[in-house]
Amino acid sequence: GGSLTKLAYYSTVQHKVARVRSFDHSGKDIENEPLYEISVQEEITARLHFIKFENTYIETCLDFIKDHLVNTETKVIKATGGGAYKFKDLIEKKLGLKVDKEDVMTCLIKGCNFVLRNIPHEVFAYQKDSDTEFRFQTNDPNIFPYLLVNIGSGVSIVKVETEDKFEWIGGSSIGGGTFWGLGALLTKTKKFDELLQLASKGQHTNVDMLVKDVYGGAYQTLGLSGNLIASSFGKSTTADKEFSKEDMAKSLLHMISNDIGQLACLYAKIHNLDKIYFGGFFIRGHPVTMRTITYSINFFSKGEVQALFLRHEGYLGAIGAFLKGAEQDNPNQYSWGENYAGSSGLMSTSPDVYPMQRTRSGTFDMLEMDRLERPLVNLPLLKDPSAYIPDTVDLTDDAMARKYWLTCFEEALDGVAKRAAASQPDSIDALERAEKFRQKYWNKLQTLRQQPFAYGTLTVRSLLDTREHCLNEFNFPDPYSKVKQKENGIALKCFQSVIESLDSLGWEERQFALVKGLLAGNVFDWGAKAVSDVLESEPQFGFEEAKSKLQERPWLEDSYSQWLERLKEGPPHKCALIFADNSGIDIILGVFPFVRELLSRGTEVILACNSGPALNDVTYSESLIVTERIAAMDPVIQSALREEKLLLVQTGSSSPCLDLSRLDKGLAVLVRERKTDLVIIEGMGRAIHTNYYAALKCESLKLAVIKNSWLADRLGGKIFSVIFKYEVPCK
Amino acid sequence: VFPWFGLDIGGTLVKLVYFEPKDITAEEEEEEVENLKSIRKYLTSNVAYGSTGIRDVHLELKDLTLCGRKGNLHFIRFPTHDMPAFIQMGSEKHFSSLHTTLCATGGGAYKFEQDFRTMGDLQLCKLDELDCLIKGVLYIDSVGFNGHSECYYFENPTDAERCQKLPFNLENPYPLLLVNIGSGVSILAVYSEENYKRVTGTSLGGGTFFGLCCLLTGCSTFEEALEMASHGDSTKVDKLVRDIYGGDYERFGLPGWAVASSFGNMMSKEKRESVSKEDLAKATLITITNNIGSIARMCALNENINRVVFVGNFLRINTISMRLLAYALDYWSKGQLKALFLEHEGYFGAVGALLELLDSA
Repeated sequence: GGSLTKLAYYSTVQHKVARVRSFDHSGKDIENEPLYEISVQEEITARLHFIKFENTYIETCLDFIKDHLVNTETKVIKATGGGAYKFKDLIEKKLGLKVDKEDVMTCLIKGCNFVLRNIPHEVFAYQKDSDTEFRFQTNDPNIFPYLLVNIGSGVSIVKVETEDKFEWIGGSSIGGGTFWGLGALLTKTKKFDELLQLASKGQHTNVDMLVKDVYGGAYQTLGLSGNLIASSFGKSTTADKEFSKEDMAKSLLHMISNDIGQLACLYAKIHNLDKIYFGGFFIRGHPVTMRTITYSINFFSKGEVQALFLRHEGYLGAIGAFLKGAEQDNPNQYSWGENYAGSSGLMSTSPDVYPMQRTRSGTFDMLEMDRLERPLVNLPLLKDPSAYIPDTVDLTDDAMARKYWLTCFEEALDGVAKRAAASQPDSIDALERAEKFRQKYWNKLQTLRQQPFAYGTLTVRSLLDTREHCLNEFNFPDPYSKVKQKENGIALKCFQSVIESLDSLGWEERQFALVKGLLAGNVFDWGAKAVSDVLESEPQFGFEEAKSKLQERPWLEDSYSQWLERLKEGPPHKCALIFADNSGIDIILGVFPFVRELLSRGTEVILACNSGPALNDVTYSESLIVTERIAAMDPVIQSALREEKLLLVQTGSSSPCLDLSRLDKGLAVLVRERKTDLVIIEGMGRAIHTNYYAALKCESLKLAVIKNSWLADRLGGKIFSVIFKYEVPCK
Repeated sequence: VFPWFGLDIGGTLVKLVYFEPKDITAEEEEEEVENLKSIRKYLTSNVAYGSTGIRDVHLELKDLTLCGRKGNLHFIRFPTHDMPAFIQMGSEKHFSSLHTTLCATGGGAYKFEQDFRTMGDLQLCKLDELDCLIKGVLYIDSVGFNGHSECYYFENPTDAERCQKLPFNLENPYPLLLVNIGSGVSILAVYSEENYKRVTGTSLGGGTFFGLCCLLTGCSTFEEALEMASHGDSTKVDKLVRDIYGGDYERFGLPGWAVASSFGNMMSKEKRESVSKEDLAKATLITITNNIGSIARMCALNENINRVVFVGNFLRINTISMRLLAYALDYWSKGQLKALFLEHEGYFGAVGALLELLDSA
């Protein structure tokens, strides 16, 4: 680029993962053996890195590449942008690689498609006079068609219809170069950033001729407001008056932004498009220009078109060039996830933090994306995938909730770090790594206090996920593995007696006991501070104690009667999809008896567990072992497994929450094949922090126990209040 | 009742049309009050008024019949900032004693209404500027320009050698896109005399060209700015497609000569120091003109209209812009759009106001 070099590279990252493996129990005393073996192994995953360097430090950038270039097969480096020409010789000489220049616009669009598809909350709209200036958009599964307006020195307007089909439909010569060039002539200010700063201090009304200057007021017949600009620079038509630099810069900024907005709207109208993404150096990280462009688009489209911006706009070209170079690896066939631990996030726009952040961004600004093992897709049962928002509360919007949760996560941090260290008693550097983790996550929380929108919409989910990413970064892949192992072992021992007591009940009593068991199991949640305190201090805290903690009916949210009615009157469900939550009592004594009952009714069950560890949530591989052990005790489960009426799948996620728009493709295929007509989501993370308002095409049950008194209070209840939400989609 | 005036008070210029009756009978002459006579004599015997008022003699329409009277139509303009002096003069010449209505349009009809009343003891009849504009265009086109065509176009606009100005017959004018370039720009889609709509407008107009030129070159008149522009080279100031790509940008079908970034070369300090005022004036003119052409073209496409009529005082003595508009419209629409121009450029609003006066009488 003109001033920054953006580098995209692919690496393999070696990191520790926790694996569980079933023992061969034949002929052994299983009473005193742990349930399964836990081992920490090295795993290699693919990661995409994006780093920015200032062009002044191009040598540093090239040294960096040289140091990191481990693949000796690499003979070619893909480059795009003006610098691809300018620095070609330098790059070739220093790296001994051939520079392969790629078309700027092709790269830009390839990169744009990639981020739109893979990064949640990539897109945001700018909103004036709001607590948070950015409003993030939900990812629409259909990203095409869209209009990309790239404001570099000139303006290019490109219509993108499919991954490979795009067309330059127009442009304008009045762009960033005009602001910079004309601005430098008018104000004798050389730097683009300084010009923008001048502009933000100026009064354009001193230079522009407004409608009221011509009319004395508004032009009422046309409904044109008096403050509208009738003629840009219309008041400077005189040789004998001086105008301030600030005022001229402001007038110029308005002139250019309005003009671009107007053209963009005209093109959008002709091509019948309503999504316009803006990019280019004129926009990049500059709230001032985002504001004026947004104003202009609103004005000219009368609100019909929305000006949208991208968090990683500055990287699009580099990402695209990278993708061109990696075509044989076909990165588009994978799903990718933003790694919150390795990404520096969007810079702040608040004036106080601004200068500091800007210097920082010049030297240290990066994005990391992990290649996920399996492709992620929408749950086919979402009512309206484009309107689905996983998160219940937007903490960027809700300052009170934001303060509470940030503090909550801060307060829990020491405990989490301690547990992480304790989970690896044999490692000599566990304490040191735990401290590094603590520091890193603490810093993330402080950044988020300053700039809540740094990684998109701030939510409880993003706070939890960031913590998981930071733990992984310091090789704590599964701090709860031993706890889970122990709790699974204990719960399995109780399984048969729980089943016996359930079987002794009459039908209606049993249904209630099953639901209560499911809820009680949900109390065992190491993610909730209130609970983890209890579990730490009372290791013998059991299923019965948990049941006694539960709120009596009527519950805080209570549609149990409708559910019971449905079971009584309606035909059995064809297939139920259950998203499980915690290990131990929750899955074994809560979920499995419930699954067993569904199976007995003739309902098939898909049991979905996390692919990777998060807190004490049960993972897919743990669920396989647990199920195997239950099957050995219980003929209903055993035959269901054999006849494939009970299916275990992984969600594709490693989060304590649940994003129904990013689920394992295998799960989605199965859900469709088995004609799933009931979805059960349990736990605070999956059913309250996320998906509380999720609308599905089929019946659904959302169950959770609120283990946080602030949240309970907010929902109008007390701690250990029960949410039982049975929903039937309206016909 | 004479006198017959039409007034269009714009953001920068006041346009005044005056009908001078040539069929005054001896009897009428006898009855003509002194004040009226003095106004008629003053206007018709001078070509300049005060230091800033000018009569465009070359535009005068001779032997026109209006409301059964024969006479000449005069076209006069002066800067809007001299409006108070104009009202003052009206007051000194006892205009109010003539008991005539003064029809005025343009924003100034509203802005100066109070001044007319208090300083000149005159009641203005305010008229909508777009109504007047369309009325004026249709009328002047229908009467022609002293036997010549009012409307013209440029043949072969893309070929500098063979490009020539030719009359255009605007007998069936509808639909047409009317682009009025004054201080700012208004774009109207006209389907009939009564049926029209304002499609959009832009603040980048004549005022922007002139305003920026004053700041960049220190010039003080529109004429001076245009004169400078005619001697400048905008390619020193603008960054062209070929400056970036070394030639055409084939991926997008962009010719190397197209401007990629207006004033784009001015990002560089060395280049800022090496350009002349003339170059800057020319670049400003090209920037504004191309932008208007571009917006007009998009509007024509959106409204499905292929004739675009450009009017307004920005085009006065401004052949560079007219030819560029003709060229740009033709080139970027691949010959689908035609740019048309009218001889009386900026006076149509004032003519429309005069016609309203006669209609109401």
